[in-house]
Amino acid sequence: MNVAEKTHFIQPDTLIGKRIHKMDAPEKASGKTRYIHDIDLPGQLYGKILRSARVHARIKSIDTAAARALPGVHAVITAADIVNQRPIGVAKDHLPLKTDKVRSLRDEVAAVAAESEQIALEALRLIKVEYEDLPILTDPAEAIKPGATLIHPEPHRPGGEDALKPCGPVAFTGKPDNIAMRFDYCHGDVAQAEAESDAVVEDTFKLHYVTHCCMGVSGMIADFDASGNLLMYSNTQVPFLHKREFAEYLNMDPARIRIIQPAIGGGFGSKLDIYPFEVICVFLARAAKRPVKLVFTREEEFVASPTRQPVLLTLRSGCKKDGSLTFRTVHTLHDNGAYTSWGATTPFVMMQTFSSLYRVPNCDYHTIAVYTNNPYAGSFRGYGNLQATFAVEAHMDKLAEAIGMDTLEFRLKNAQEQGEVTGQGMEFNSCGFKECLTTATERSDFRRKFAENVNNRNAPGPIKRGIGIASMLHVGGGAKIYPSDGCGTILKLDDFGQVTLITGASEIGQGSETVLSQLVCEELGLPMSALTVVNNDTAITPWDVGVHASRTTFIAGNSALGAARLAKAKVLAAAARKFECAAGDLDLRGGYVIKAASGEALIDLPRLMRNLHFQDKAELVMTTFYYEPPSMHQDKRYKGNVSAAYAWASQVVEVEVDTETGIVKMKKVTAAHDVGRVLNRLGIEGQIEGGIVMGQGYALTESLIIENGVTRNPNFRDYKLVTAPEIPEMDIAFIESMDGEGPQGAKGVGEAPAICVAAATANAIYNATGVRIYGLPFTPERVYRALHGKGEKLYLAPGKAT
Amino acid sequence: MSLKHDIEFTLNGVRKRATVRVDMSALDMLREVIGLSGTKYGCGEGECGACTILVDGMSLNSCLMFAADCHGREVVTIEGLAADAKADALRAAFVEHGAVQCGYCTPGMVMQASHLLATHPHADAEAIKRGIEGNLCRCTGYTKIVEAIAAASEATKPGARP
Repeated sequence: MNVAEKTHFIQPDTLIGKRIHKMDAPEKASGKTRYIHDIDLPGQLYGKILRSARVHARIKSIDTAAARALPGVHAVITAADIVNQRPIGVAKDHLPLKTDKVRSLRDEVAAVAAESEQIALEALRLIKVEYEDLPILTDPAEAIKPGATLIHPEPHRPGGEDALKPCGPVAFTGKPDNIAMRFDYCHGDVAQAEAESDAVVEDTFKLHYVTHCCMGVSGMIADFDASGNLLMYSNTQVPFLHKREFAEYLNMDPARIRIIQPAIGGGFGSKLDIYPFEVICVFLARAAKRPVKLVFTREEEFVASPTRQPVLLTLRSGCKKDGSLTFRTVHTLHDNGAYTSWGATTPFVMMQTFSSLYRVPNCDYHTIAVYTNNPYAGSFRGYGNLQATFAVEAHMDKLAEAIGMDTLEFRLKNAQEQGEVTGQGMEFNSCGFKECLTTATERSDFRRKFAENVNNRNAPGPIKRGIGIASMLHVGGGAKIYPSDGCGTILKLDDFGQVTLITGASEIGQGSETVLSQLVCEELGLPMSALTVVNNDTAITPWDVGVHASRTTFIAGNSALGAARLAKAKVLAAAARKFECAAGDLDLRGGYVIKAASGEALIDLPRLMRNLHFQDKAELVMTTFYYEPPSMHQDKRYKGNVSAAYAWASQVVEVEVDTETGIVKMKKVTAAHDVGRVLNRLGIEGQIEGGIVMGQGYALTESLIIENGVTRNPNFRDYKLVTAPEIPEMDIAFIESMDGEGPQGAKGVGEAPAICVAAATANAIYNATGVRIYGLPFTPERVYRALHGKGEKLYLAPGKAT
Repeated sequence: MSLKHDIEFTLNGVRKRATVRVDMSALDMLREVIGLSGTKYGCGEGECGACTILVDGMSLNSCLMFAADCHGREVVTIEGLAADAKADALRAAFVEHGAVQCGYCTPGMVMQASHLLATHPHADAEAIKRGIEGNLCRCTGYTKIVEAIAAASEATKPGARP
């Protein structure tokens, strides 16, 4: 090929802020993407789990003989078949296969691996389990009372009280009470502050069970090779943490475990913990000596996957006449369910909202998470922040009304600003909170409508209009929970100018591979088509803490950027040698090395790469980078700057309330989000729209109904997700505060949009009707009862019950 | 041994024979007997739309249809649509308009959209929302899906510029 020597110039261009489609979208829109459900291995067996179907019972006997005798069955396992079973979960209180007792409806009693799902299900029916029912404990307020039935009692010790206590995890030692976890936080002096307050309000809020409803049900494939190495096809959001944890649970060397993550049919936090089915799937593969695939049914997904944390929350807040907040006191009672997963630890995030969303000089926060026989809660987009924001923003309205101040003015007066260090030690290096407040309210004409709606409350006609506002603070620069909050990148430029980005960050549908590619392409002056991403195999990708805490764009983005900068420096140094100039005079643009000042193209990247490679001192361009954010671990009092940046948002919700039927229609959501900087406009709009509708479901339609420990609506007919005709009009504004540490100025956004919707909806219903509702969701029945004076009674402050 | 049935039908334009259990759903046949995994299991009871296929031009939930009832019918799945040039505009619109996130609902959504555009070529946003109300999506909040379908409708209008 004769490359023309004709001089040509390349104009500057940027990918940042553009609408760039997801790299995996063409495959997904063609039905070619393979999810875990679509993968089959040669010789694969199908795993199924027998669940207790009892809420609380002693297992007297399990007879698996008939199941084992069924043709096509390769393995039947119970706890008795597993030597040295280790407890899983956040508090190590959960054995994958239950030994002496079942503590909730979902509990795993036995499992089968067979040649088809049908045979496996038939085998489950042949397993006979004898139970002896135990008293059921499903009310957390009862569970903390002395004398309550214990969910994890200490085992009977022959030899009396003086005998040595068994040591080890809760699953073996039990607990003397039902308290799974406690959190106590404080800054300032709330008692003194209350004495100095002009207005004080106190309310109890009841937040309900909802669940992730990932469209792809849970699943897993486990396969041992001839040398005993374990390969797992897993939906996990945290592959590297799980590699280590699985090794512990399976009594294996972590080096012999490899996790491959196929495309995930939705995550939203549900895949941050290891669940019994995953460990059981490996047990089955081990027992059957064949690959085993275990996939849930939708009913199983509703019954046996985690929920959002249900919370009973009492908040007491005060302010002065001039509108400055004085204190907050919070007591929450978390229904932990029978076992402990991440839901119990949502106070980490909840206390941030109480202590630091607004400037509060004094704050006292207490949580008790108690064991019951209910389903257990995991992590779910927002991680406690939906619940905390629901309470805080109700009180912002109530306090403003109590002192006769405009509700927006009151918020602006107490809103955080750039440079602030909060009582909890959070440092706001970028903060667009006030701009979020003013933008969302101006775009929605909040003030005028707010006043108009109040005036129209008593107007004739059943339909009342309401408008409400709520804001949120969430980590936006990772969260230093683990020893490292970092992410690694390996970058490879080949002889054809193609770049392979090997990142630790997992793609769970949120678009991380696209935004990371964008950052790399921007740095290397390449089109998106030049990028290939590898991000789903622990044997290849460098370490990353996982997809959680809205951290991937920020942390993995900075990591990818770091690797790209190193590659760029190497390429430019080579070009500088070739053209006998300073590397600083050169740049990369449009696939060429150019003169930075003029844009004149000097050599195309593939040719330069081959020059480097095919010479006597052959060189390849491959770089690595590990990014660790400049955040810190919280101390024992939960203080410290846990994230390298913080995200802010204000959302205004407009509703129509039919006072005759209790039906609430969400008409419009105006959302202003401080995202640092928009990297991919298409992707970020998608995150926000999806988050708002998830928040709408939390506010209006979704409720996992648990009665006496039994899940009453384990299907999409009775668990109502929002459908297309019900979505509100959405007006989304981005506040670009250009975070100094963020990649190209960006901050995390994944969880933010779901957080304020329910809180703003509650305020809108109040604005429409003058009635405040303290429990979710706002179903027609609940709203009707509240409007007509038949509201449910809520509990007393949980902290006082002890 | 459960009863089996021999059936013959057209799948994505190709004549096909299959032996299926009488209690098997069309969804299971497509995925397990024929080996086309583009049609997704979401709920197994016709509530989520992830398994939407076209049978004789009608969209339906393949989880609720017996495989045996495919006999003599014309069945189109996402794989058939993916090979159809006329459906390119729809697929391209889903990609360009950001209508895809985790993508698990997408094949069903694309099938439903293709049926909608075939039967209501001039559907407006409200009609599109009604048209996909049986298809659940947990990621996108539907807005971009509605925009994509509207754009595809626009692009396939007679006289529209490619």
